[in-house]
Amino acid sequence: MSKVVVDARRLLCPLPVIRVQDKVAALMPGTRVEAVCTDPGALHDIPAWCRINGHHILETRTEGDEIIVILEVGNP
Amino acid sequence: MPSQRKAIALISGGLDSLLAARVMQEQGIYVEGINFFTGFCVEGHTHAIRKQDHAKPKRNNALWVAEQLGIRLHIIDIIEEYKEVVFNPRHGYGANLNPCLDCKIFMVNKAHHWVRDHGFDFVVTGEVIGQRPMSQRKDTMPVVSRESGAEDLLLRPLCAKNLPPSRPEREGWVDRERLYGFSGRSRKPQMALASQFGFLEYAQPAGGCCFLTDARYAAKLADLWASRGTKQYELDDIMLLKVGRHLRPRPHFKVIISREEGEGNFLKGYRNQYINIESISHPGPLALIDGEPSFDDIELASRLVARYGKGRESPRVELEVRDLEGHSYRLAVKPLSPSEVPEGWYL
Repeated sequence: MSKVVVDARRLLCPLPVIRVQDKVAALMPGTRVEAVCTDPGALHDIPAWCRINGHHILETRTEGDEIIVILEVGNP
Repeated sequence: MPSQRKAIALISGGLDSLLAARVMQEQGIYVEGINFFTGFCVEGHTHAIRKQDHAKPKRNNALWVAEQLGIRLHIIDIIEEYKEVVFNPRHGYGANLNPCLDCKIFMVNKAHHWVRDHGFDFVVTGEVIGQRPMSQRKDTMPVVSRESGAEDLLLRPLCAKNLPPSRPEREGWVDRERLYGFSGRSRKPQMALASQFGFLEYAQPAGGCCFLTDARYAAKLADLWASRGTKQYELDDIMLLKVGRHLRPRPHFKVIISREEGEGNFLKGYRNQYINIESISHPGPLALIDGEPSFDDIELASRLVARYGKGRESPRVELEVRDLEGHSYRLAVKPLSPSEVPEGWYL
């Protein structure tokens, strides 16, 4: 399944959330989004944003200095 | 049956906005939150940068508040639009470079636009009369309502009883008797209300959320403008003002020196944009040079950088200097002694 990538490296909280939010606004429910971040705060903030806005976190992981958050656009 | 009324609440992440939104929910109002990112928000940045803070829990308080309330939150990037507020505040600055009244007017205006564009009914803020010396006074409350364009569609649930009834009250969308009449700087009424609602944890009970209210930060921003001869900034400029020691040895350049590993890692991200210096013979900080230094200036900056490394007592410290084209060369310098660093260099 294809996914949309959001490059939020070097951005500090809450910019990674804003970048994801703005991207998700233009996507259909069911679309997968992979956010690549370097601010550790994204590990908490993007899932929190997903919870309150009806999207689904599929995976979070750390690769070196990078934090990867994969979500599926919901139908809020 | 009348349809449910909808309010957009300005959510800063602090206690007042949490309570204001909750008071509306108690009256059956559908609430969504809106939060604005100016670039000057204190929110977590220094924690994210500094390694010694990595053990501290990191969360965005506005998101956390929204989750406590069970509401959607829209975080809006206003970095570019906000510059005009910072450069030319109609109502002037506060104690530092904080344009608090203009800022509030700007944000309520944006929220009012949201109301009009998204089929909402009114705007809610957590303002309390007398809470803040510039933007939350009895005489400035009507100024915010009027100049934001929200007029009587702006409701302040925590101090509404001290103000003329807003349209949501007059129309019976909300019950004025179940709003509050808080005033002054005391936080006790808010804390009591938080307890009543079962909120045992909340952020910054009386804190500021903007770096522009910070005297040291404001001094660095004023220096940035003075050195460039114009009130301008980009996001990277104002982020860098939050990081490291800033020293200006000469009018035409300043040196930003990391204070610990986390800041060094953050500054590394800017190595392609600034001439940078790093100690190689001894453990030491990474430094960026902002300006147009001569070779002698770079040598002086290198001596300064060496002064903050482990080699500060050594007769010579070797450093690597990288220019904007990516070329690097090495310099061996004598670290400056503390007496050779005038107090006036520190920003």
